[in-house]
Amino acid sequence: MITRFLLQGMDRGLRLFVLLVLAIGIVLPLLNQLMPPGSALHVPSWVLQLIGKYLCYALLALAVDLVWGFCGILSLGHGAFFALGGYCMGMYLMRQIGSRGVYGNPVLPDFMVFLNYKELPWFWHGFDQFWFAAIMIFLVPSLLAFALGWFAFRSRVTGVYLSIITQAMTFALMLAFFRNDMGLGGNNGMTDFKDILGFSVQADSTRAVLCFASAFALALGLVISAAIVGSRFGKALTAVRDAESRMRFLGYRVEGYKLFVFVLSAAMAGLAGAIYVPQVGIINPGEFSPANSIEAVIWVAVGGRGTLIGPVIGAVIVNFGKTWLTGALPEVWLFALGAMFIAVTLFLPKGVVGLWSQIRTRGATRKARAPA
Amino acid sequence: MTDRRSTSALLYLSGVTVSFDGFKALNNLSLLVEPGEMRAIIGPNGAGKTTMMDVVTGKTRPDEGEVVFDGKADLTKLDEADIATLGIGRKFQKPTVFENHTVRDNLLLALAGLRSWYRLLLATPTKAENDRLDEILSIIRMGPQQHMLGARLSHGQKQWLEIGMLLAQDPKLLLVDEPVAGMTDVETETTAQVLREINRTHSVVVVEHDMSFVRALGVKVTVLHEGSMLAEGSLDQVSADPRVVEVYLGR
Repeated sequence: MITRFLLQGMDRGLRLFVLLVLAIGIVLPLLNQLMPPGSALHVPSWVLQLIGKYLCYALLALAVDLVWGFCGILSLGHGAFFALGGYCMGMYLMRQIGSRGVYGNPVLPDFMVFLNYKELPWFWHGFDQFWFAAIMIFLVPSLLAFALGWFAFRSRVTGVYLSIITQAMTFALMLAFFRNDMGLGGNNGMTDFKDILGFSVQADSTRAVLCFASAFALALGLVISAAIVGSRFGKALTAVRDAESRMRFLGYRVEGYKLFVFVLSAAMAGLAGAIYVPQVGIINPGEFSPANSIEAVIWVAVGGRGTLIGPVIGAVIVNFGKTWLTGALPEVWLFALGAMFIAVTLFLPKGVVGLWSQIRTRGATRKARAPA
Repeated sequence: MTDRRSTSALLYLSGVTVSFDGFKALNNLSLLVEPGEMRAIIGPNGAGKTTMMDVVTGKTRPDEGEVVFDGKADLTKLDEADIATLGIGRKFQKPTVFENHTVRDNLLLALAGLRSWYRLLLATPTKAENDRLDEILSIIRMGPQQHMLGARLSHGQKQWLEIGMLLAQDPKLLLVDEPVAGMTDVETETTAQVLREINRTHSVVVVEHDMSFVRALGVKVTVLHEGSMLAEGSLDQVSADPRVVEVYLGR
């Protein structure tokens, strides 16, 4: 039953795409581990780290697209769910440092010793256990999304008003996390991680596994999203996106549909953040910055809103451009990002993926015309 | 107050008042629709026709008055989804079909039955549901177009699809808002036939401007004016009423 549910939304193209994502997540780490560093086939660790990062961004983009592309909820605060997942992972990693910190305190992380904490704040308990942190990675973003969505969707807050609320949410969280007395590292955030599940986070082999984990999480996200979008629920969901009041007059309780995808999407974003943090080695309140959430929306728009492959492609293209341009011409990057968004809005309303299918249908009609 | 739960009427409005910033869109409106009846509601612009539909379908809450459906349900306390589930369907003036869904999926979404999100996650259309869809597709003569997207249908096809969706929803009471706006004479005549057909098994309330269409329906007419009922009776009776002539027909 579950297999049938999971496979119902997968067409051939998507199946190939999921396999491609998994192949990247398996082959590149293997080439890194098995090939000697001098070999032409050796993939350096920094590439793995970069790819792992892109894959996490892609999962975040998929989460944004699930609510925006398929349900019409333009969230400008998904970066907050990503950051919360990241903080949960960061708390686990901090507690793994133990007495190897600068101050050598076996329980308190360095920043707490520095800020004269006498004991661990209550919400830090349990984060020394990986299973507990793993649950929190999903639970914390989901609960926030549930609380926000519950009130917003019942009060029928839609459109730009909802976008503003989500944007305000991530901004408020950023301000809150900047405070030292939040007990979460203040503006420095958390860094200097040592171990994850007993393996050094700096080790190449750990990097390889994390890269695979990113690919696996993205593949899982794609399969689950496809199953949901392809179900009868998915048909109702896109109908809510297109004509919400019509659905109400047909007897659908629209709030339930919105709340479910919003919470699920927040959990996906949280997972993306959690795998992201050990790969970049730091989490700080800057992750809550409203600009991050807006950037995630741009990835989706560039790749193709309302498709499952689009956000993944968009996240990779934009971030590749960012990596390259911020290295080559750092002052140009923001202009390039803005130009990209405007160009996509004007010329590619369905994103890069839309362009692809446009070319294909044009080719098909030409072929159909040719014999006549 | 005492008799409202014992009324035999399918739809019972009593003393309904709705005001927007002091403007009374409905002013102490009372209306009875019997089971199986078809009723035409006419009136000049701003008479409160659409507001009346909004009140009945739960989109607008009345400030005062009672709205009772089927002798027991107090519609002023329920929302759109509840009211639709009770059996009131609404057809909008502009055909609103789901543009990114196929004709068949449009009908499937409208089909009476599953509405809860968690059950729809795992549901696949049953044989009974598929049979019903095929039946409706043949009634509205759109079998060959069943896999076409809503957006690609012509205006007339959209109207037909929407009628099919109403059949799928199978409401006890059907509210129809200006069904012939923008239609040719032939299409208007066909629509009147279709509504009479539907009226055999469903109660219908039609809001309409077009007098020849109301005449073609040949049913009891209620004239609204400034949010209240001005006259009620056959079209000939109300046409003869000097007050009606003054506010509406004379112009």
